[in-house]
Amino acid sequence: MTNEELKVSVSALYPAITFDETGEFLNAISSVAEFRSVMKTLRHNKELEFDFLFCLTCIDWKTHLMMVYHLMSKTHKHVLVLKVKLDDTKDPQIESVADIWKTAIFHEREVFDLFGVNFKNHPDMRRILLDESWDGFPLRKNYVDENMISI
Amino acid sequence: MAETEKMIFPAQLHQTADGGIVVSKLDDIINWARSNSLWPLVFGTSCCAIEMMSAADAKYDWSRFGFEVARATPRQADLIIVAGTIVMKMAPVLKRLYDQMPDPKYVIAMGACTISGGPFFYNTYSVVKGVDHVIPVDVYIPGCPPRPEALLHAMITLQEKIKNETYFGPSKTIEK
Amino acid sequence: MSLLGAPEVTEDGEFIINIGPQHPSTHGVLHLKVWLDGEMIKKVQPHLGYIHRSIEKMSESLSYRNFIFATSRMDYLSAHINNEACALTVEKGLQIEAPPRAQVIRIIMAELTRLSSHQLWWGCTGLDLGAVSPFFFAFREREAIMEIMEETCGARLTQNYMVPGGVMYDIHPNFQNRVKTVLKQIKENFKEYDQLLTGNVIFEGRTKGVGYLSPEDAISYGCTGPTARGSGVSCDIRKWFPYDGYEKVQFEEILGTGGDCYSRYMVRMAEMKQSVYIIEQLIDNIPEGDFQAKTKNVIKLPKGEFYQRVETARGELGVYIVSDGAASPYRIKYRSPNFSNLSALEHMATGAKIGDLVAIMATIDLVIPDVDR
Repeated sequence: MTNEELKVSVSALYPAITFDETGEFLNAISSVAEFRSVMKTLRHNKELEFDFLFCLTCIDWKTHLMMVYHLMSKTHKHVLVLKVKLDDTKDPQIESVADIWKTAIFHEREVFDLFGVNFKNHPDMRRILLDESWDGFPLRKNYVDENMISI
Repeated sequence: MAETEKMIFPAQLHQTADGGIVVSKLDDIINWARSNSLWPLVFGTSCCAIEMMSAADAKYDWSRFGFEVARATPRQADLIIVAGTIVMKMAPVLKRLYDQMPDPKYVIAMGACTISGGPFFYNTYSVVKGVDHVIPVDVYIPGCPPRPEALLHAMITLQEKIKNETYFGPSKTIEK
Repeated sequence: MSLLGAPEVTEDGEFIINIGPQHPSTHGVLHLKVWLDGEMIKKVQPHLGYIHRSIEKMSESLSYRNFIFATSRMDYLSAHINNEACALTVEKGLQIEAPPRAQVIRIIMAELTRLSSHQLWWGCTGLDLGAVSPFFFAFREREAIMEIMEETCGARLTQNYMVPGGVMYDIHPNFQNRVKTVLKQIKENFKEYDQLLTGNVIFEGRTKGVGYLSPEDAISYGCTGPTARGSGVSCDIRKWFPYDGYEKVQFEEILGTGGDCYSRYMVRMAEMKQSVYIIEQLIDNIPEGDFQAKTKNVIKLPKGEFYQRVETARGELGVYIVSDGAASPYRIKYRSPNFSNLSALEHMATGAKIGDLVAIMATIDLVIPDVDR
C-alpha cells in the first residue's frame, strides 16, 4: 500500500488519528486512550497486517514525551510510524504492546530504563541496561549527573 | 658462559669433576620463572578484545613469549588484560575478578577507554574514567584499539618489570 | 543472587546458575541467569548493561561529523557498515547523494567487512563448540582483510572511513590488486572451511535441530540478519530497501529452511560466498570521479526526522535521527540488530540442554557492545 492508501484505510478505522508526512514514512499520531486498540488493529487487520515492529523509542520534547513505534508489514511491504504523545512527564504511563510484538519486551524495558515511561501490563518491568539502584533517567533532557564531564 | 646462554637461564655453571654446580640468586630464578609463563585471563569487554584475539592468532602469535595459556577462570590466571571499556555496572565485577586471582598478579590496561575513558570521556553517564579507579595497573597501552604489536610490547614490558622484582624485599625500579 | 558458593535452588528443585558476565562463550560481558532442571534449561534471563557506554546520550552533544566515530565501537565487527548507516542518514537529511565512485567504494568496503566479520564468527563458533583449529584458519584470511583496511583507512578495526557525502580519502593505489589477491585466496580456502566444520559429525550433532526458531517468532521478536534468514524470513535490507547502489549489483538473498543452529550456520557460510561475488563484480569497475560530495564544514540538518536502515553482518541496523535544526542531533536512536536478536534467546534456549546454550549463542553471533550501546 502507498502512503496515501494507508492514510485512507487507517483513518476509516480510526477517524481521530491525525497524520503528518514530513519524513520519509507516514506518521500517524494517536491518543493514549485509543492507543492499545489501534495497535491491535494494525497488527491483526488483514489489509494492514503490521507484523514487524522494527524500532520502538521515545523522544523527550521537554514539555512532553513522544513514543515512536516504527511498524512494517512483511506481507504488504509498507511502513507506518505511530506516535503517541505523553503529556505527564512526572509519571508517564502507556499500555504495553509486548503481547502483540514480543520484541517490545526488551525495547519497552529500555525506554523505561532511559526515559522512565511506565508500561502497563508489561510482563517484566525492570531496568535493563543500568543498575536497579540507578537514580534518574539519563536520556531525559533534564537529567543531571554531577559525575558527567561536559564540554 | 656465553651472553646468550645467560639470558636463557639466569645462573652460572661451575664445572666440576663429576658434572657441575649451578649458582644463582633465588630472586633471579623466581622472576625468570614468573615472567616467562604469564597466564592471561580471558577477559574482554569490547573492541580491544578483538585485537587481543588477533594477538593470539598465527600472525602475531603471543605464545612466542609464553602467553598462550589463556585461562577462563581468574583462579588460574596471573595476568588480567583489561581489554575494553569498563562501565559502572561492570566495575564491581572486575574488582571481584581481580580479587579472585592468586598473588602475584598483574594488570595491563589496554586501550584508551581503560586509561581514561577515552572516546567516552565527555558527556557519558555510565563509563568509568580509567580502570585504575578500580584496580592497580602495571602497564598502560594507548590506542583505540591498540594494534596487536602494541599489546605484545606491553606484555614484554611487563616481563621486564617482573624481572626487576625482589622476592623478599620491595621491588627495584627499572634501570634505564 | 549469589555469585559465590553453592548455587541457588528454587522450591521446585531447579538450580539457578549464573553464566557471565565474565565467560568465554558469551562473546563479551553478557550475564545469563539460567534456571536448570538437571541438564534441561527451564528459563533463561539475560542481564544486560555491563558495557552500556551511553553512546546515544553522548551523540546528542556531538556534531553531525563527529558522532559517527562512536558507532564503530558499537558493533566493532561491522564498523564500516555502522559508519555507512550514519553517513547515509545525514545525507538523507541534507538531500545529497554520494558520488558513484564513493558508492562503489562503500559497497566493496562493506562487503569486505561482512566477510571478515563472518570469518571471525566462524572461528569463534568452532572455538565455542570445542574445535580450536578453525580459529587460526579464520584469522589467517581476516588478517589479510585487515591489512587492506589499514592501507586505505588507516585503522584495522574501527575505521571511520565513511563521512557524510562519501568516503574520507580515495582508495590506496594497491587497493584493487590486493583485494583481488585476497579474494582468490579466500575462494580457495572455502573448501578448508567445509572440511573442518561443515561436514563434521560432532559439529552437525551439536547444531542440527538445536535452538529452533519459527519464522513467525523470528518476526515477532524482531530478529533480522542471518538469525532470521536461517528461519526462512526474507529480511535483507540490501534487497528490500537498497542503498548506495545495491540495486545495481547481482546477488542472492540466502534463506535457510531449518530454523535451527545448523541452518543459521549454513546461511552465513553462503553469505560469505555472496559477498565475494559482489566484490568481484565491482572491483574492476570502480568509476572515476570524486570520492566525496561537497558539504559545508558545519553540517546542520533541517528540522525533522530521518531514518536509515542498513544490513550489517548481524542484521538490520536502524539509525533514527531527530533534528531540531541545530548542529548536533536532538535525539539519536540506534536500533541495533543484536538487541532484538538477543531477545529471542530465551525462546530458543528454553527446553534445550545447557550445553546447547553455547551453540545457540554462537549462531546468533552476539556482539555485546552492540546490544548495550
